[in-house]
Amino acid sequence: MKSLNFELAWRFVLGKKRAMTMSLLGIVLGIAFFVITQAQTSGFEAFFIKTILGTNGAIRISDRFQDMHGTVRSTSKDGKTRFFFHSKEGARYTEGIENAELVRNALGQFPEISGISEILEGNAILNGISRSQTIQIHGIVPEDHIMVSDLEKQIIRGQFSTFELDPMTILVGNRIGQRLMLQEGDRVNIQGGNGNLQLRIAGFFETGVSQIDKNRVYVHLSTAKAFTGKRFSGSIFQLSMFNPPKAPEIAAQIQQTIGHRVVSWQEREQVWLDVFKALRISSAITVSSILLLSGLGIFNVFAIMVIEKTRDIAILRSMGFKPSDASSIFLWQGGIVLFFGILLGAFVGIVCTYGISQIPLRIRGIFSTDSFVVNWDISHYFWAIIIAIVFVSIASWIPARRAARIEPAKIIRETL
Amino acid sequence: MVNPIPVDKELLRAENLCHSFTEGSQKTEVLKGVSLKVCAGETSAVVGPSGCGKSTLLYLLGLLDRPESGKIFLNDSEVSGSSDQARTALRNSSIGFIFQFHFLIKELTAIENVALPLRKSGMGEKESKERSFAVLEKLGLGSKVQRFANKLSGGEQQRVAIARAMVNSPSLILADEPTGNLDTENSENVFEVIQELAETESLGVLIVTHNSELASKTNRLIRMKDGLIVKDG
Repeated sequence: MKSLNFELAWRFVLGKKRAMTMSLLGIVLGIAFFVITQAQTSGFEAFFIKTILGTNGAIRISDRFQDMHGTVRSTSKDGKTRFFFHSKEGARYTEGIENAELVRNALGQFPEISGISEILEGNAILNGISRSQTIQIHGIVPEDHIMVSDLEKQIIRGQFSTFELDPMTILVGNRIGQRLMLQEGDRVNIQGGNGNLQLRIAGFFETGVSQIDKNRVYVHLSTAKAFTGKRFSGSIFQLSMFNPPKAPEIAAQIQQTIGHRVVSWQEREQVWLDVFKALRISSAITVSSILLLSGLGIFNVFAIMVIEKTRDIAILRSMGFKPSDASSIFLWQGGIVLFFGILLGAFVGIVCTYGISQIPLRIRGIFSTDSFVVNWDISHYFWAIIIAIVFVSIASWIPARRAARIEPAKIIRETL
Repeated sequence: MVNPIPVDKELLRAENLCHSFTEGSQKTEVLKGVSLKVCAGETSAVVGPSGCGKSTLLYLLGLLDRPESGKIFLNDSEVSGSSDQARTALRNSSIGFIFQFHFLIKELTAIENVALPLRKSGMGEKESKERSFAVLEKLGLGSKVQRFANKLSGGEQQRVAIARAMVNSPSLILADEPTGNLDTENSENVFEVIQELAETESLGVLIVTHNSELASKTNRLIRMKDGLIVKDG
């Protein structure tokens, strides 16, 4: 019997083209806006996460701490603990990782970890041709480090392979290169630590994170150790993971196991992640209100339609249509508008998202992009559709229920 | 039409029907104990002044409303106390309604309007349209079956409404002022159609009307006053 109710609903929808088009437009715009805004905010967020994972890895292991928990306990006369204070205030930290090989072996027991890179950090002054600048040296093992970062892809001038093969080369942050007017192949002098070091520039990298691009250089780990004089300690570990969202959990396990300070990328970048989260929720709420308004529009159209169609419903009831048929006709109408609203809304969402991704927008700071970043995620469409279904269902259910309550005799008597 | 019912067979019987309407605190008794029978092949007219309860009686007999007291038998089965579902099914299979206004659905064509009761009873689209076409052709509307309801003249619309009431081969036709909205010529035509169908298909027809001329042409005249039948025959 559903097909007859559907046919009637379809005809009723076609009979109210203007009102239905307005209702349809509301759903289309609501879904499209939802998808577009989510694609943008989550696009920037995803791009930011990709950048930070590709630069500083999923997990960083730094200082060793000696557990010196301060514990204060008060016990009552009957032996019950009245209060218990547990403090880490007294923990003693030692800069860098001690026994790097032992730690590396221990980390190898964690199947979630996909790469381990030992890094020795230090400060120095880089002397260019005419200017000097304070820099942060990162000593790395190139083949290890590309397993935990996107450094190879971040090279914008020069060759990573040149750096990889020659320990007396250096990779320089793009902003440093611009400031000091350096070129690939230039020889630069690094001053600090145990003296001076002459290195040849193998290339320039750009992470998009301005703090890194204007301060960081990469040299070989062995070179850094010799330069800083820290031959056996003081380095840190950068780890990559097969499943980066699980980083906090794994970081806690590692910290428990190896007794070093272990920080996940979520903890490290919490401020920015919270900003993105707030933006995403805020835009979702704003756009949901458009869907809510279109739901109210549909409710209005259907409520008026029930009034207009009261006589028709009464007649249908007189020829054997049940109350549930009457409500079904109105629910089908909601379903028809919703179906086309979803199709068109998703289509408009796809087209506009693509269009926005082509808009030029230069951003440097927390990441590097030259156009709007969008995230193509099916979940945005899913949630837009769910919200539309909820609002339209409520908007059509109330008039449909009213339609089912129509008493045919009363209506016909009043019409005559 | 299929399975004509033997003439004079009792189709409908109402016993001591009472009904009232309440508006605010005021209760108006509309029917005060009405009893009547409708037989196959018989056309009956119910006449009386406005407010005497004619239409209310018709809606009770047509199972659109429930009497406060009294009983209604349709084909010897007591139906006044039946469930809503059973009454809905009976309206579809055994009763055809014709109202003063055609009450056609304007979004549908003439044939689609007529086919509605058949489709509702579960008949397929093709078969129901064939049967609807046959009925419309019989009523002289064969060339206008694809016209939308609002593109037909008043008389044509009412004939489509009659076709819709007839198409499911009901045993009983209940008509509330079926010619009340038509000019004299169309009124006569529509009435002739109803009367002819009642005779050829052995239907029981009960017409509520103010038109005394039309009423005088029926087999039986039922006069009502103040919620009671004051004359039957």
